Amino acid sequence: MSKLKLNLGPQHPSTHGVLRLILELEGEKIISCEPDIGYLHRGMEKMAEKLSYIQYLPLVDRIDYLAGFFYSELLCRTVEKALGVELSKRVKAIRVMLLELNRIASHLLWIGAFLMDLGAVSPFFYAFRERELILKYFEKITGQRMMNNYFVFGGVRRDIFSLEDVENIINILPDKVKDYEALITENPIFVRRTKGKGVLDKETAFNFGITGVNLRASGVNLDFRVKDYLYEGIDFNPVVIDGADSWSRYKARVLEIKESINIIKQALKVLESEKELEQKLVNPLNLTLPEGEYIQEIEAPRGLASIYIKSTGEKSPYRLKWRTGSYYSVNLLRKILKGAYLNDAIAISGSLDIILPEVDK
Amino acid sequence: MNYLYFLYIEFLAKHNIPQLFGDLTFYVIPCCIIFCALLVVVLALVLFERKLLGWFTQRKGPNRVGLWGILQTLADAFKLLCKENITPKGADRFLFNLAPVVIFVPAMIALGLIPYSSEFTFMNFQTNLLIFIVIGAMPVLSILLAGWASNNKYSLFGAMRSVAQILAYELPMAFVILSVAALGSSLNLTQIIYAQSSGGGILGWFGIPCVIGFVIMFICTIAELNRCPFDLPEAESELICGYNTEYSGMRFAIFYLSEYAMLFANSMLLAVLFLGGFLSPFGKYLSPMIFPPEISSVMVYFEQAFWLFAKTFLIIFVVIWIRATFPRMAQFDLLKFSWAVLLPVSILNLFLMVVLKYLTGGGYV
Repeated sequence: MSKLKLNLGPQHPSTHGVLRLILELEGEKIISCEPDIGYLHRGMEKMAEKLSYIQYLPLVDRIDYLAGFFYSELLCRTVEKALGVELSKRVKAIRVMLLELNRIASHLLWIGAFLMDLGAVSPFFYAFRERELILKYFEKITGQRMMNNYFVFGGVRRDIFSLEDVENIINILPDKVKDYEALITENPIFVRRTKGKGVLDKETAFNFGITGVNLRASGVNLDFRVKDYLYEGIDFNPVVIDGADSWSRYKARVLEIKESINIIKQALKVLESEKELEQKLVNPLNLTLPEGEYIQEIEAPRGLASIYIKSTGEKSPYRLKWRTGSYYSVNLLRKILKGAYLNDAIAISGSLDIILPEVDK
Repeated sequence: MNYLYFLYIEFLAKHNIPQLFGDLTFYVIPCCIIFCALLVVVLALVLFERKLLGWFTQRKGPNRVGLWGILQTLADAFKLLCKENITPKGADRFLFNLAPVVIFVPAMIALGLIPYSSEFTFMNFQTNLLIFIVIGAMPVLSILLAGWASNNKYSLFGAMRSVAQILAYELPMAFVILSVAALGSSLNLTQIIYAQSSGGGILGWFGIPCVIGFVIMFICTIAELNRCPFDLPEAESELICGYNTEYSGMRFAIFYLSEYAMLFANSMLLAVLFLGGFLSPFGKYLSPMIFPPEISSVMVYFEQAFWLFAKTFLIIFVVIWIRATFPRMAQFDLLKFSWAVLLPVSILNLFLMVVLKYLTGGGYV
């Protein structure tokens, strides 16, 4: 049978932005896949070399517009660790709560978009309805829905308020998640399209540098939150399930939403006991890091995110690099799509939760 | 039809216009007017779907143009009319332009084959049902033309999927239709409806003895119309828009309208075959009770049309409901489902219905 070259994207409804996949097809069977990235490249790393730390801080939210808090947390954390700034309990709890809310928002959007890729319209709207609650809360406290720019070096921009909104969200969410599960999880069409499709075994996952939910859905217990200093004193179990297919990745994300709710509950308890916001903000003017190399990492919704800064004691970093989860998932497509059918390919690439701004940076 | 013809000639005679004129223009003037009214129903159907999808997904649906958004479809059609018709480079111009025509004509013919009331069918042949099956399979030709002529790989994939799918689902559908024809001892839709009037209301409808057939036919109809969960040919998230990816402006509007006209016609066929068509669910018509005797003989026809439309919209409601609930099926599951499940069951159903017909003394008419 002759081969057909198909150019999937960058303008395609289900490449989640501007991913371009060059597929070689035999009928509808994929024999090779070549991801082509860079359509959303904004020079995030190069820009840092010209900007001071505080000038760079508002930009990092845009690395992953669905999980901006994680990236500003990383930058703040690097500066704080380098300068030896200690965070108070309340600041830590605020950060944990916002990070987890952001994780829920990101996973909710993923559920909607994934089901949209599979051709179901409604879950998208249902998931967005709940995500809206979270974004409304972000808007209330930070003034922005997505590019929050709320964490600053040494603390948060201002104290948090209307915690009853958060309580409302975590009261509503479990029921709604139950609704999604009723609509989706055991749906025979959904199961047929995701069970056993896009199997990602442990070895391949390690070789390709896959982290986050995708890795945990392959049965590897690796959650960077466990060792994270922000999450000290918070009791939670990383979601680890076997199965390694698209369905497990879906299930893992749903379970992770529940786990995040659990974490938020504990953070709220801390916030109730620690009423006073104590923070020593770093003066951003003339802020320099001591000479040396700094690496920090955090468990972002799409896998391990880490930052590398090499400082020469100047106002801006000498070099700055980001490590983002999606970048590795895109690379994985080369392997995981081989032998799949076009019809499944969309479902598989959807299940990996690829967000293009994070890939291109 | 005879009744409409009679009314028309009588109306002309009153104004001293010779009957010859009436004979010549009968299919042009009154039929066109009613046909336009039907097209308005199809336009309303688009709005119906968008509103329902909106409500299913906790939105309001279109609500800006006109009262409650009732003019939305017209506004959309107007917008499409104003848009540029783009023919892609390398496309086969003739076939590319022919495809919308090829899909539009059978959709309109299909609307003409349905008995809207006991006296009103545009084209009342002895073998209405057979013609409907043939016409109903014709859009696949257009889809293939569109997919091939667009010179676009996505379009081609959509077209190929569509052909495989419609071939697979046409067969069980034909077997179910045969079983209904056996039950009704006729291939004429009006006579099939009358055959359902024996039970007095709902109990006489073929949907009750032939419930397996009803379900199969319902599934096949959804598959033939390329609607969710069988919307692989135009799977938006995979093939962008399948066979009509390259169409824009009025040509796209024609595709769109034809799809809805086919949905409408096919749902009416389901209503006719299994839900008693224009028959009242109570066994007798209500209009003699409501209207004075002078006009009730005319109102009965309107009542019949009302029942048909009510049943049709009920079916369409379910179709939309399914669309709002299910994800898309996988290609091979789809074909396997038809060949391995629907086809054997539909043959079994045909056998059962023939036995039933024989036992209940229908004999061979």
